[in-house]
Amino acid sequence: MDMNALPRMHAENITDADRRLVTAIQHGLPLVSHPYAALGAQCGLSEEEVITRLTALLANGTIKRLGVVVRHRELGYRANAMVVWDIPDERVSELGHCIGRFEFVTLCYRRPRRLPAWPYNLFCMIHGQDRDAVLERVQQIEQHCQIAEVPHEVLFSRRRFKQRGAIYAPVQHGITV
Amino acid sequence: MDDIDRSIINALQEGFPICERPYAAAAERLDIDEAELLRRIGALREQNTISRFGPLFHAERLGGALTLAAMRIPPQEMDRIAALVNGHPEVAHNYERDHVFNMWFVLATESEAELLAAIKAIEMETGYPVYNMPKLEEYYLNLRFAV
Repeated sequence: MDMNALPRMHAENITDADRRLVTAIQHGLPLVSHPYAALGAQCGLSEEEVITRLTALLANGTIKRLGVVVRHRELGYRANAMVVWDIPDERVSELGHCIGRFEFVTLCYRRPRRLPAWPYNLFCMIHGQDRDAVLERVQQIEQHCQIAEVPHEVLFSRRRFKQRGAIYAPVQHGITV
Repeated sequence: MDDIDRSIINALQEGFPICERPYAAAAERLDIDEAELLRRIGALREQNTISRFGPLFHAERLGGALTLAAMRIPPQEMDRIAALVNGHPEVAHNYERDHVFNMWFVLATESEAELLAAIKAIEMETGYPVYNMPKLEEYYLNLRFAV
């Protein structure tokens, strides 16, 4: 295996063996009775070592979640919107947590404003069966978090130009932005 | 997709066991056997209902650089500029959205320097500014959908 192709990780407690494991597992879990043994065979680790290391990577947050990610469009969530708010800096953390508590919000991040063109600093993603459903959910958030007065915009997606690029980052599969 | 498929998707969005025979362990909780769970996950993947079955990584902990970037492109230029932007291998996904900021894409590279270089290159090539909006703080990330 080409060592240069392995992901670089700067956390000190991430070993070479972890890097080989992350490379092997990024495309998904093998559909066999002993998947961790199969992964181990790909990266020179025993089944037991794979189990120990994966448990640790999950515990320290390097792996956020192990399991299934669905294609929301195929499941009837046809509308998705990025909803952005211009929230006073001193309140952004409090309101970010408030918005993030709704089960239909899939992510909620603080990002920098790009003034004067872009005044918004809180971004969240909301999915719904259709656009009306998404807008209704935005209203629910505004009422509950009492931010009806806060300037915001709803950016519905129109087209997906590109889904995934070549492997340039340490890991291109299973990353979240 | 039937009720069993739905219960598999809902359960496995919450997590997957890490033990010697995880499919057997997960199947038991779903009241099916290991072979059936393996077959159904395979079928859901084939049908593209499941886009991933594996780990979601915390990219920054792996040492990579990631950002969300936006551009304002005149509608008549959209297709041409999208092709130029998508031609960069650092662009992981790219969406058109209803707004004057109408192009939104994710850049993923090994380092911060490469990220900034990719942004410069896209600006030079397209003639339009790229607005870099990296994540400053994460309040919530879920990506689970009830089915």
